[in-house]
Amino acid sequence: MTGGATVDARGLRCPMPVIRLAKAARDLPDGAVVTVLATDPAARHDVPAWARMRGHTLLGVEEAAEGATAISVRLGPPPPPGPDAR
Amino acid sequence: MTDATRPARVFLDAGGRAPVLPAAREAFLQALDEGWADPRRLHSEGRRARLLLDGAREAIAAAVGARAEEVDLHGSHTLALHAGVRAVARGRRRAGRDLVVSAVERAAVLEAAAFSAAQPWGGDRGRRVDVPVDRLGRVDLDAWAAAVGAPGVAVAALQHANGEVGSTQPVEAAHELARRAGVPLLVDAGASLGHLPVGDSWDALAADPADWGALGGVGVLVTRAGVRRAPDWPEDEDRWSPGGVSVPAALAAAVALQDALRTAPADGARRRDLVRRVRERVAAEAPDVEVVGDPEGRLPHVVTFSCLYVDGEALVGELDRLGFAVGSGSACTSSALEPSHVLAAMGVLTHGNVRLALPRDVRAEDVERFCDLLPGAVEKVRESLGVQGL
Repeated sequence: MTGGATVDARGLRCPMPVIRLAKAARDLPDGAVVTVLATDPAARHDVPAWARMRGHTLLGVEEAAEGATAISVRLGPPPPPGPDAR
Repeated sequence: MTDATRPARVFLDAGGRAPVLPAAREAFLQALDEGWADPRRLHSEGRRARLLLDGAREAIAAAVGARAEEVDLHGSHTLALHAGVRAVARGRRRAGRDLVVSAVERAAVLEAAAFSAAQPWGGDRGRRVDVPVDRLGRVDLDAWAAAVGAPGVAVAALQHANGEVGSTQPVEAAHELARRAGVPLLVDAGASLGHLPVGDSWDALAADPADWGALGGVGVLVTRAGVRRAPDWPEDEDRWSPGGVSVPAALAAAVALQDALRTAPADGARRRDLVRRVRERVAAEAPDVEVVGDPEGRLPHVVTFSCLYVDGEALVGELDRLGFAVGSGSACTSSALEPSHVLAAMGVLTHGNVRLALPRDVRAEDVERFCDLLPGAVEKVRESLGVQGL
C-alpha cells in the first residue's frame, strides 16, 4: 500500500469536491488511496464517474459523521489478477 | 430591431416546452373565438366548445391508435402522469399494492408511485420498486422481468424515451413481460410523441403537448378500455380529469400533433444527423467531456454531455451570454440540491451537464456554431474554478 491522503470537501458544492480530489491525486503516485469527505449529494455520483473517466479504481462509498460521505479511490487501474495481486 | 454585432438568440432547449408551432397558434386563436364557452353547458355556445374538444380528443386518439373515449386531457403532463399512476394503482389494489418503475422515470411518475404505494387502501401499503438502468440509461430487462413478475404488483411504468439523455427504452419487451405477469404498463411518451412512433406496446400512455409544439396547460393520458382504474380523488363531472381542460389548449394540442407527425420523418432525419454531428464534435473537440445516452436507440433531437470540473450553472450562463439557450441536469442549475436522478442512475457525471433539445426548425449553421464555441466556454468556466492540468 502506497501512502494515502484525505481531502476534506465538506460544505463545498459540485463540482468543487471532484476538483479538490483531482488536485490531491495529481501529486500522488499510482496505487495511492485518496479519500474525499463531502456533504454535497452530487459527490457520491461524481467521484465514481471521475474515477472511471480517469482510469482509477473506486474502493468504496461510506456514510461518515454529520451527514458527510466518504468516498475512497485507489489511483491507477486495479492490480492485475495473479498470485501477487493481494 | 436587431443589433448587427450580436448574433440572434438560438433556442436549443426545446424539450418539454418547445417553440409553439404556427398551426398550434392558429388553432388556439380560432378556439378562443369559437370554443371559449364551458363545454359542459347545453346551450349552443357550450355545444360548440364541446364539439371542438371532442374533435381534439378524436384527433389525438387517432394519432396514437386509440379510441376517443380512451383519451383524457389533463391540465399538464405532470397531472396526466399523476392521474395515470394513481387511478390504475387504486383500481388494481386488490391485485397488488406494489408499483414497478424504471429508475430514470420522470419525477412525476416516481413521486406518484411512492404516493400510491403509501396509501392505506384495504389496510396494507405497498412499495415502489425501482428497476436499475445501464450506463446508457436503458432499463435492465432481467431486473424488470423479476420486478413485474413478483407477486402483488398493481402497475408498472416505463418511459418510451428519456427526455434528459434521449435514450429510448425497450418498451416492446418490457410490455410483453408485464403482459405475461398480468400487470398493466403505463408508458410515458412525454419526450417522444411527435418525434418518434410510439407503437402500441402500452396499456396506458401519457404525452406532453408542450413538447411537440403546442401550448403548455394540457397533458394527455390514454387508458385502454380493459385497464381497471379507480380515482383516488373527489368525484367530478369530468371523473378522470376533474374540472376538465382548456378547450383552446386542447385544440392546439391536437392540431400541433397532426402537424408534428406529418413532418416528423423529415424533421427527425435532419435533426438526427445534427445530433450525431454534435456527439462527434463535442467528444472530439472538448477535452474531458463525456457524451451520454444511447448513441443509436435515441430521440432524434436530444443530445446530452457532461463536462468534468465544470459548474453546470456557470456553463449554462456562459452559453446564454453567447446566445444559446440550453438545458442542464446538474444540481447546481436547479433549486434542488440533488443532482439529476437520471444521470445518477446511469452512473455518469452529474456536474457540468448540458442538454440540447433541437427544435424542429433548428438551423445547421447554428448547431455548428454552438460546437465551435463550446470548447472555449468550457475552458472559461474551468479557468474560473482554477482548474488547470487536472
